[in-house]
Amino acid sequence: MSISLHQISKTYKGISAVQDISFEVKPGELFGIIGPDGAGKTTLFRILTTLLLADTGTAVVAGMDVVEDYIEIRKSVGYMPGRFSLYQDLTVEENLQFFATIFGTTLERNYELIKEIYEQIEPFKTRRAGKLSGGMKQKLALCCALIHKPKVLFLDEPTTGVDPVSRKEFWDMLKRLQAKGITILVSTPYMDEAALCDRVALMQNGHIMEIDSPKKIVEKYPKAVYEIGAGERHKLIQVLREFPYLYSVYPFGEYVHYTDSRSDLDIPELEEYLKANGLTGIYIGLTEPTIEDVFMEMAKE
Amino acid sequence: MKRFIGFVRKEFYHIYRDKRSLFILFGMPIAQILLFGFAIANEINKVEIAFLDQAKDATTIEIINKMASSKYFSINRYLAAESEVEGVFKEGKVKAVINFEKDFGEKLVKRGKATIQLVADATDPNTANSITNYILSIVQQYNQSINLHQVGGPQVLTQTHMAFNPELKSVFMFVPGVMTIILMLVSAMMTSISIAKEKELGTMEILLVSPLKPFQVILGKVVPYILLSIINAIIIVLLSIFIFKMPVQGSLILLGTESVLFILTSLSLGILISTIAKTQQTAMMISLMGLMLPVILLSGFIFPIGSMPLPLQIISNIIPAKWFILIIKGIMLKGVGMAFIWKETLILIGMTLFFIGISTYKYKIRLE
Amino acid sequence: MKDNKVIAVKNLTKKFGDFLAVDAISFEVKAGEIFGFLGANGAGKTTAMKMLIGISKPSSGEATVAGFDVYAQTELIKKNIGYMSQKFALYDDLTVRENITFFGGIYGLSRATIKEKVKVLVAELKLENIIDQLVGALPLGWKQKLSFSVSLLHDPKIVFLDEPTGGVDPITRRQFWEMIYHAADKGTTLFVTTHYMDEAEYCDKVSIMVNGKIEAMGPPKLLKERYGASNLNEVFLKLARGSKPNE
Repeated sequence: MSISLHQISKTYKGISAVQDISFEVKPGELFGIIGPDGAGKTTLFRILTTLLLADTGTAVVAGMDVVEDYIEIRKSVGYMPGRFSLYQDLTVEENLQFFATIFGTTLERNYELIKEIYEQIEPFKTRRAGKLSGGMKQKLALCCALIHKPKVLFLDEPTTGVDPVSRKEFWDMLKRLQAKGITILVSTPYMDEAALCDRVALMQNGHIMEIDSPKKIVEKYPKAVYEIGAGERHKLIQVLREFPYLYSVYPFGEYVHYTDSRSDLDIPELEEYLKANGLTGIYIGLTEPTIEDVFMEMAKE
Repeated sequence: MKRFIGFVRKEFYHIYRDKRSLFILFGMPIAQILLFGFAIANEINKVEIAFLDQAKDATTIEIINKMASSKYFSINRYLAAESEVEGVFKEGKVKAVINFEKDFGEKLVKRGKATIQLVADATDPNTANSITNYILSIVQQYNQSINLHQVGGPQVLTQTHMAFNPELKSVFMFVPGVMTIILMLVSAMMTSISIAKEKELGTMEILLVSPLKPFQVILGKVVPYILLSIINAIIIVLLSIFIFKMPVQGSLILLGTESVLFILTSLSLGILISTIAKTQQTAMMISLMGLMLPVILLSGFIFPIGSMPLPLQIISNIIPAKWFILIIKGIMLKGVGMAFIWKETLILIGMTLFFIGISTYKYKIRLE
Repeated sequence: MKDNKVIAVKNLTKKFGDFLAVDAISFEVKAGEIFGFLGANGAGKTTAMKMLIGISKPSSGEATVAGFDVYAQTELIKKNIGYMSQKFALYDDLTVRENITFFGGIYGLSRATIKEKVKVLVAELKLENIIDQLVGALPLGWKQKLSFSVSLLHDPKIVFLDEPTGGVDPITRRQFWEMIYHAADKGTTLFVTTHYMDEAEYCDKVSIMVNGKIEAMGPPKLLKERYGASNLNEVFLKLARGSKPNE
């Protein structure tokens, strides 16, 4: 096991940040922790990177205990914390050199590992880190976290607040890193990124609601999900809310995701109902549930 | 108008819900008024003096008693020979030596005049002046008392000599003090801010999750400032010597070494502050408010410690600046060597080790 | 005269030295519309928005917001708009009630009006239990919803929302958008920036900024057709990919 936690709990200033967390991450896995702000993701990361002591429970990273062997762990993991925390007033090059030095390595030694990421920021290597765009800062931070060829990489919300293009590029890079044998633990509030992981843990309010591969999680979703579209989305939602057999309705981009409280939906019946309430351009179709559907269903409980 | 009031009300909420603001608003002014009130004293009080009585007759004993019973003075000791005078000043406690010439009483009766030599430690010109004035007035009183009904009777004459600072230049008092304060503030404030900055920006987190050991981080933060502070110290000394014409009676090497020691003391104090402060602003505030004012007031650089109430005198002992000012004045103005300042040096070394010890203990290897 | 354009922008430009942050953008927003203002970080969204809310002076071009000119009538603009950003919403060390009272007061609402508003908000958002709690103690989702409500207190014509749902859980996000819809139904115009592409679909019209220019604008459906994409995320990727890195 590359990472394993057993009944980890932590309370912070009277608030329970994480409760009774247990799971395992296999070597070479790309594991995602999915959840909104306040779920406890950062606390969990800090416990695993030995920055915080859990109140109860044990955790092992790359075969080392987070409490007993913290010094060794700190030498062999890569960590990218939530905010951009590199030195704003040092250049790209200087930042990299600094991290290489404190980890007792050089930029050249592990260049292969960071090459394709670094190449994107290399043109700006004499620019101060503070003057880079959000996407570039992330890439730099990722390079610094990888510079010593860690066995395990911890990335705490690396794509938060970054535009979709940079996000996509970032995940492409993660996949390629994974192919080089690094175990990666990522946290993100973006549900669509969950689909890119090998396995995910859905987290809310300090609890883990579900752990499995994205595919299996979605398969487990008990209800059939329908996409419904109509001329006026807001009116559509209000009308659906009045529908007697409604189980849930949520806007999902262009369409609305609807689940019925019965085991079968009579599509024509619903269509009639909508028309009767003045909606036009109606489309109803069966669709695959997404991680977000599952998350919201679980969060309700 | 309503908007304005609404805004003002909100500001009140912010203030009374922030304990730190309340402390600054009320706690600090009160503390400072008390401090200033008690510390600032232009009168002298129980200044230590020494007598060299080369006559030891009834007259000298009478005059000595008059001086000793004054509330302004306290007798440190009786010297045996003139050769002891220099030494007693170098020791630092005695601020004035009163020297009665041989056959004092006889001379007064037979020749109508006898001389008292008053040597005052003028490294603190204000105190020296006060001492001189009081002594002169006591002598004058004595003269009047022995000349009740006569004119042109016997007179005791006083010869004053300002030691170490004949021109009573106040700059001699200020420069060592300013040098001390600058070194202390710059070193302590700069290190504390630098470390607090890492915490505030979040880069500390990454440093922690790295092979860097705590002492490497601290040392790394401190070394640049040692070098810079040394340069600062050199500049100040050069300016003092060439612009203010301050003498350096003692050894420059000793001065340099002691300065480096004091820089280390200040830096380690800065590190201690940084283990407490979470943000740069807090670090700066603690350095300025917590260090600067007490240091200026209680280090003896402007206001003599001897004149302060006892509790303040005791507190002044924990201020590193106080000891360094003694050292620096001693070396520059009195030309003392290690023999006279070993005690102060040892105290500074002790303080440095103490600050470092506590900082190491408090340095958090984790985030909370 | 004005017809119902609440925001009218023509060739609006902002230069910082040599750097063209916003490059001659033009668009219009009608009353009651939900307008999504999208773009990568560094594309110029924030700079553009600052000009529209009257806190930054344009280098050239024209723009009116709620009928007022962004050069000469910024004070009037500020009085007539609401603003909410992810970074700062409400004062953490004031209670919910105090926050509402404060912001109501800032916008010149009478005490009676504020009292009414408080009642309404408590009922709508079910604030009975938390009305006297410090905002800092509330979960993020609540803060965002409250913050939005506060920005509506003075019934502004337009509300500018700067990434209002960042990091919030999916259910609360949707509740938030319900509130947006509600406001739009009542005739308020909403100008929203967001990184959630699914939220972009909720808008009546979106514009996508790349390197200071608006590269695409229109209703989501139209953009998807034009770029042969099944969702706005794909549209965005196609547009942004074609750009030079302006880093």
